[in-house]
Amino acid sequence: MSNVAVFDQNAGMGVLAESPLAHVSGVKGGHTPGVVIREKAFLGYLTLRGNSEDVSFQDGVKQALGMPLPTEPMRLHQNQHKASSIQWLSPDEWLIVVQGGTEYETEMALRAELTGHFAVVNISGGQTLLTLSGSAALEVLHKSTVYDVHPRNFPVGKAVATTFAKATAIIRRPTEDTWELIVRRSFADYCYRWLIDASQEFGVDYE
Amino acid sequence: MFYIYCPYCGEHREESEFRPKGQAHIMRPKDPESCSDEEWADYLFFRDNPKGVHHEMWVHATGCRKFFNMTRDTVSYEILEVYKMGEQPKITAASRVVGGEK
Ligand SMILES: [Zn+2]
Repeated sequence: MSNVAVFDQNAGMGVLAESPLAHVSGVKGGHTPGVVIREKAFLGYLTLRGNSEDVSFQDGVKQALGMPLPTEPMRLHQNQHKASSIQWLSPDEWLIVVQGGTEYETEMALRAELTGHFAVVNISGGQTLLTLSGSAALEVLHKSTVYDVHPRNFPVGKAVATTFAKATAIIRRPTEDTWELIVRRSFADYCYRWLIDASQEFGVDYE
Repeated sequence: MFYIYCPYCGEHREESEFRPKGQAHIMRPKDPESCSDEEWADYLFFRDNPKGVHHEMWVHATGCRKFFNMTRDTVSYEILEVYKMGEQPKITAASRVVGGEK
């Protein structure tokens, strides 16, 4: 148990919250759009730092999150039951994504389990998540990033921080045919417009 | 374009994910108070500009955001090795001459 002053940063349902894409209107892509883009707004995000070689740190994370700590580079672990995930960001840093409103209890669960030298920071609201699916989703990624997103290099369960358009993004592949993009709040509008433009030739649906 | 192996991510990535951060292995004088002006200025401002083997720092800026070292040939641009912070290079200007490479 760590002795750190924390508070629930989620203001609750009574306070108006705005996604960084609240201002954009939808795009209809006809009957069979090649690319379907959806925003998963208001998810909870935590960064976790610690020593991945410390067995008690690994155990604590597994206990608190119900999924093991990814110690291999670019690995994404998911907890289907809680609709949460944890991904490797660097050798001592991980990104935890949880359902909106559960970030504080997740932080407290981690603090209850972990000891020693570690950090948990609530970064919710700093970014948003877009899902990409459809037959041409991969084509759009090819146009947008320098990273090799070919399935042979990007299997399900991989998550990579890289360049996206002229900004940065985290590209994740949680399932066979869904891609996730985590973009910074201040770049969300730019990335959205880039995606719509890049997807135009395949037919794009966004709502 | 460089295709750079990040020793932390464990794979090759495009150069646009990285930023060069200058000469590596620059040691801060342990006791700045007793440094001569020349030693301090050398630490702060003066950098090597070799023709050939150069040790430099890079950061995987849009990836894992870790710093690491690279030995690079400034003539051919060839990346000779990458190694983590705190480690020493295996390839140096001297070792290349002795080894008879190039
Ligand atoms: Zn890296």
